[in-house]
Amino acid sequence: MRVDFLYFEDCPSHERALERLRRVISEEGVRAEIEVTEVTSEEQARDLRFAGSPTIQVEGRDISPPPEPHYTLTCRTYQLENGRLSPLPSETMIRAAIEAATTG
Amino acid sequence: MTNLNIGDEAVPFELPGVDGKSHSLADYRDKKAVAVIFTCNHCPYARAWEDRIIAIQNDYANSGLQVLAINANDAEKYPDDGFPQMRRRAEEKGFSFPYLHDETQEIAAAYGAERTPEVFLFDSDGKLAYHGAVDDEYDDPEAVREHYLRDAVEAVLAGREPSVKETRPVGCTIKWK
Repeated sequence: MRVDFLYFEDCPSHERALERLRRVISEEGVRAEIEVTEVTSEEQARDLRFAGSPTIQVEGRDISPPPEPHYTLTCRTYQLENGRLSPLPSETMIRAAIEAATTG
Repeated sequence: MTNLNIGDEAVPFELPGVDGKSHSLADYRDKKAVAVIFTCNHCPYARAWEDRIIAIQNDYANSGLQVLAINANDAEKYPDDGFPQMRRRAEEKGFSFPYLHDETQEIAAAYGAERTPEVFLFDSDGKLAYHGAVDDEYDDPEAVREHYLRDAVEAVLAGREPSVKETRPVGCTIKWK
């Protein structure tokens, strides 16, 4: 399974998000290669469909596709299952995306 | 890096608020503590801390705390940080403090603010008593262990120096023009 982890250095949550991604992949017991990419330009953001930092794509699909994506160098807001806004994707989001890619 | 050191005097300002009024720092000279917080609409860290800032204002308003939130981001690059959007955000969240627009970015530059949110807490003499983050946890409010701003406010209101005077602000960078 290919997993892309895209981040913008300005946004401090990327280290914790990557740690969370690695933990969920380990817990799920899937073989996945995580490609970590620092996004440094607007052009790269558009090319990689980077909707803000951190962005995680499993098999090329964003784990939480934004309804109106703006591919730009910015920090990303995730709406968690309980409605709270967070700079981090939840474990549930990551897990669901991995399970969908595994079963799909 | 901030231009203000602990003990320095606040940089005066007068900025338009989303309430349609102009707010000067001097308007709040009777307060025992004034927290100038650079923040914004679009940044997830700023948004994650909003409820905690509102709670701090509400908890200490009667004791003499005034929070002044300032958005200095370039709204051309980040349209969510435009003045109409600021007004909408303040209404949606029920901000219990003025939300001010630093369109020229002069005040943010004068303070040397770098992040959103970034707190500058001044005591009753207008001297910087605490600078940095709201607390030690940007994501989960229930995981907070160090309530930096709350503790600093309590100290200042009691006429004491905060035990922690400076922490590293955590958040998005201010979007300069």
